[in-house]
Amino acid sequence: MMGTEFVALSLPPILIGVLVAVACALPGNFLLLRRQALIGDAISHVVLPGIVVAFLLTGMVATGPMLLGAAAAAVLAVVAIEAVRRLGRIEAGAAMGVIFTAMFAGGVLLLEQSDTSNVHLDVEHALYGNLESLIWLDATGWASLLDPAALAGLPVELSRMALALIVITMFLVIFWRPIALSTFDEGFARGLGIRTGPLGLALVIMSAIAAVAAFDAVGSIIVIAMFICPPAAARMMTNRLGRQVAWSVLFAVLAAVSGYVLAGYGPLWIGANASVSAAGMIATMSGIILGITALFGPHRSSSS
Amino acid sequence: MLADALLLQLGYNATLVTIGAALLGIASGVAGTFLFLRKRALVSDAISHATLPGVGLAFVAMVAMGGEGRSLIGLLLGAGVSAAFGLLCVQWLTDRTRLGEDAAIGAVLSVFFGFGVVILTVVQTMNAGRQAGLEGFLLGSTAGMLRSDAILLAVSAALVLLLVVILRRPLGLAAFDPDYAEAAGWSLPRVDLAMMGIVLVVTVVGLKVVGLILIVALLIVPPVTARFWTERADHVVIIAGIVGGVSGYAGAAASAVAPALPTGPIVVLVGFGIFLFSLLLSPGRGVLASVLTHLRYQRRVHVRQGLLALAQGQPIYEVLTRRLLERRGLMLPDGVPTPAGQAAASKALLDETRWAIVRGDQAFALAAMRYDGLTPIEDVLTPDQLVEVDGKIATPQVVA
Repeated sequence: MMGTEFVALSLPPILIGVLVAVACALPGNFLLLRRQALIGDAISHVVLPGIVVAFLLTGMVATGPMLLGAAAAAVLAVVAIEAVRRLGRIEAGAAMGVIFTAMFAGGVLLLEQSDTSNVHLDVEHALYGNLESLIWLDATGWASLLDPAALAGLPVELSRMALALIVITMFLVIFWRPIALSTFDEGFARGLGIRTGPLGLALVIMSAIAAVAAFDAVGSIIVIAMFICPPAAARMMTNRLGRQVAWSVLFAVLAAVSGYVLAGYGPLWIGANASVSAAGMIATMSGIILGITALFGPHRSSSS
Repeated sequence: MLADALLLQLGYNATLVTIGAALLGIASGVAGTFLFLRKRALVSDAISHATLPGVGLAFVAMVAMGGEGRSLIGLLLGAGVSAAFGLLCVQWLTDRTRLGEDAAIGAVLSVFFGFGVVILTVVQTMNAGRQAGLEGFLLGSTAGMLRSDAILLAVSAALVLLLVVILRRPLGLAAFDPDYAEAAGWSLPRVDLAMMGIVLVVTVVGLKVVGLILIVALLIVPPVTARFWTERADHVVIIAGIVGGVSGYAGAAASAVAPALPTGPIVVLVGFGIFLFSLLLSPGRGVLASVLTHLRYQRRVHVRQGLLALAQGQPIYEVLTRRLLERRGLMLPDGVPTPAGQAAASKALLDETRWAIVRGDQAFALAAMRYDGLTPIEDVLTPDQLVEVDGKIATPQVVA
């Protein structure tokens, strides 16, 4: 089981799962500290209408237009939430609830109305993704990892996710100090001449990049879970930002690997013959990690 | 066809479902108002996503006990239990750990939903599970319901509404004025618990109608919409109930006509349409009304400043000011004031001079706070006071 089959069937999904988890957890740390945790929730809901509209406009399931559509929808949602909040003088949470449910509902209706029967585009796919299907048919064993011809056959999601992770990591490394400052003390950061408004928007855009890139591969549940759970669990472990980010990456990797393995092989161990949803299992594992740290983490209560 | 559905002409089941959806909409609009005012609107999102594992596990349990597994009441009971557990988790994470409520909500909704998806994939591998139709709980599906399920839906929606009506007083007090509610002898934690209980029941009953992903909209959109139409607390509750009821009614009716479409998105979009209409066109807080108010204010400022300039014999170059003054017949195109313009200008100058006195005098401190450069001073002071102010206007005096 650890040979050809593993490399071809399990390695790519695990890698993609890990990349998704880390790419979402990194900006998630800052969203959590800024009390914007639910932005990830809102973004991952509005990605659906963006993808559907892109599909209806181009008539094909192509990566480029869909990513553009999803990104446009995410930006539109952020702008609309802000507009509703200001124009209607409505609390941010409620404004968010109005916009993302309406956009998601619109996306679902468009999807059901249009003829998408011949493409794999449906609501369930948008919610759960299909991590298990991202297999590497060209692989013949561990040696394939060094074979350029075989490597070309890797699922495109893998390279796309890796690219997104690189962009997000670069952003955080370059802007680490201003982001950290503006997260903990916005007034002080502004006093130092940091432009906190554009910086906050950039952070939301980074989150949107992570959500959009991850969405196609794994669906929106993992995206929301990974934005929130690993950083939240990491917060129970330390008071220092650098360590919190490190912990969150560790937890994200742990959740992705253990979730995938449990989903793929867990049912076999207890005698069942089919696997369960990997996306769901990864989210579940992240929740279990959060539960354990919330019970036993050294810095779990607000006083310590 | 849609007209038939709206007039309840599509048969007994569809009628029951439509009425049930309307009752549910009213109940959720009212309950949502209390939730919205306590600023906990998104807690309901965690509750609704947390129902999924309960639905799946209830199905598995009912099949394991030899049943068919599709009994609606059993599934809804399972949903209620796991939703309550999810709510407890949110509460515990918020109270006992350093996480904020938003993080607790996000964590619970994604983890419970993820676990629910795991259970659903288990259900799909069971022989009985292939046609379980549990996906209908995600986005709602009211078309082709069984008679017994339709009755269950209508009756439970009516009961929720009754519950909301009975508890409206403590809920309203706690939402609008928590301090007073406590002073009046209500225990806030208990009232909050009752509110969450009602939200939970609304969510569970609404699962089949709106679906668990979108039911949060039925709780949030009506109160947000109602806020545009009134500033009065009791009116917000009533209008929110109406908006929710109309959304539920129209959504279920439309879904009866187009059975292939999920009900939830239709209900939500009807509600969102009403919201959008209110956001743009409601008097007072609407966007259009705000723009008009702003323009009117802008014109008043320009006219006032123009008149002051005329009174002091200064030329006016600003285009909008000139146009406004000319259109009102206060100034000729060459910049010379008309007789009416002269009268208005000296009135404005007198007003401004009186204001200057008032603002410089401690005795008028309260009146001076109402100075905005536009309000005529007659609106603020009595004639007697005006005489007193006029007495202080500096007149040229001979220096001894």
